Amino acid sequence: MTLKTEDVRNIAHLARLQVDDESIERYATDLSNVLVLVEQLNQLDTSGITPMAHPLDATQRLRDDAVNETDLRDKFQNIAPDVKNGLYRVPKVIE
Amino acid sequence: MSKTIRQIQRGLARGEFSSIEITQDYLTAIKAHNPTINCYITITDELALQQAKTADERIAAGQAQALTGVPLAHKDIFCTDGVKTSCGSKMLDNFIAPYNATVIENIEASGAVMLGKTNMDEFAMGSSTENSYYGPAVNPWDHQRVPGGSSGGSAAAVAAGLAPAATGTDTGGSIRQPAALCGITGIKPTYGRVSRYGMIAFGSSLDQGGAFARTAEDCAQLIQTMAGFDPRDSTSIDHPVPNYSETLDGNIKGLRIGLPKEFFADGLDSNIAGVLEAAIDEYRKLGAEIVEVSLPNSKLSVPVYYVVALAECSSNLSRFDGVRFGYRCENPKDLEDLYKRSRGEGFGEEVKRRILLGTYALSAGYYDAYYLKAQQVRRLIKQDFERAFEDVDIIAAPTTPEIAFKLGEKTDDPVSMYLQDIYTLFLNLAGLPGMSIPAGFSQGMPVGLQLIANYFDEARLLNTAHQFQQASDWHLQSAEVK
Repeated sequence: MTLKTEDVRNIAHLARLQVDDESIERYATDLSNVLVLVEQLNQLDTSGITPMAHPLDATQRLRDDAVNETDLRDKFQNIAPDVKNGLYRVPKVIE
Repeated sequence: MSKTIRQIQRGLARGEFSSIEITQDYLTAIKAHNPTINCYITITDELALQQAKTADERIAAGQAQALTGVPLAHKDIFCTDGVKTSCGSKMLDNFIAPYNATVIENIEASGAVMLGKTNMDEFAMGSSTENSYYGPAVNPWDHQRVPGGSSGGSAAAVAAGLAPAATGTDTGGSIRQPAALCGITGIKPTYGRVSRYGMIAFGSSLDQGGAFARTAEDCAQLIQTMAGFDPRDSTSIDHPVPNYSETLDGNIKGLRIGLPKEFFADGLDSNIAGVLEAAIDEYRKLGAEIVEVSLPNSKLSVPVYYVVALAECSSNLSRFDGVRFGYRCENPKDLEDLYKRSRGEGFGEEVKRRILLGTYALSAGYYDAYYLKAQQVRRLIKQDFERAFEDVDIIAAPTTPEIAFKLGEKTDDPVSMYLQDIYTLFLNLAGLPGMSIPAGFSQGMPVGLQLIANYFDEARLLNTAHQFQQASDWHLQSAEVK
């Protein structure tokens, strides 16, 4: 599998990641090389094998629906890039 | 300064020195040598002396706990309340953690003193610390060489005598590989043994916190304070934690050690193979039975790992969006520009490469071919180990295919860097506990022997490592900076 520069642009958009035009070519090569490595997986017939999501096959633990977090809002907002009146600010979304 | 935790505890108990004095000694050594070794990103000197003062008061009052007054270093991936937690990234260069990771909380509760936060590959992605925003740490044995990664700063700090022990994390070898390359002891516990709460996530089904020290005995003490069930980590396992120090002295006569035939074949440096054979012989002398085992699917661990880890990383790192914390670009023209430029400018090259690959592997039409397929092969790798552990108690393997490589040697070729982890990745895929212990030298550089145990059998792992260290002195060799 070889990725073209156009593929890399598309993936970068999906990941909301700005990638400079000068680096696109290199990313395409690097990513293609890793994909060649990954293709080794196709040597193996894995039909009927259950995919493994957790090393100990544990399932999601449930807890009582009770408040157990303390309010750290001020602490969190202190480290935010831009806040006003207790809200996180971003550029205008709706014209 | 190459003291062990045990030696520091003894000195404190006998009143040979105070916690303030020993902490000050370490801080002085760090100030002198960190500019060269670059193993610390942040030195928390004021906090350390404050904690040491409290520790001395507790000791005087006869209220000392497990690690009271012992100075330690923490990988900069663990959130530390009120202290910068950068994860080696420009993205978090301005991030003051608003709470403590459970690991930090547990270690603080045991009375330890924090010297600082150690250097690492950005977001734990790398095998050399060359991917750190703060520049690479160097190997204390040879400053032209890498200390390994991603927890390279922690390993270099312990090897250089700039901390008696340190925390680390291991997603694909990030504790065992730097421990091997720096000639110290490192342990990665069973997946779910140590809480991941407040430990910045890379590959959530692989990440596990662990420890670096000079001896297995010290690792046992540190892991003791770190391990245990944490309701705040949804993947934490509720399983009793035994007293690891109590079983260190157990006789290993009759212990069955398996050598995977696939790992002692092609691709292993012949000098390293020689060092490991001598170490295995030492185990024979201690009465262990050495048998051959086979892990036929482990050869596919590199491709499986790079699909699973990168898919999970692309998902985990989507939280860094420039909105609530971390780096934000200047003058974003709209929300999409804010996301894209904050991430594009805040992340380094390797992190971007991995996010792109992971995003691709999870994108519509490719999910089955990559992620699902990799998860299936992952189960086969785990089953290989289950079969092997029916016959043996411990598996021994190389930790790394070669000694520490030169800085810059592999930075241009991501695939050759990925292959450095060929002997460590499968452990994280299977979720098993493992250690690397110093086993000898090749070209003047340390070589590590990897020991692997069955799930939650850290006690046997530490016992096996400790017995080797009682019979050998490789772990006492020091690259301490003068």
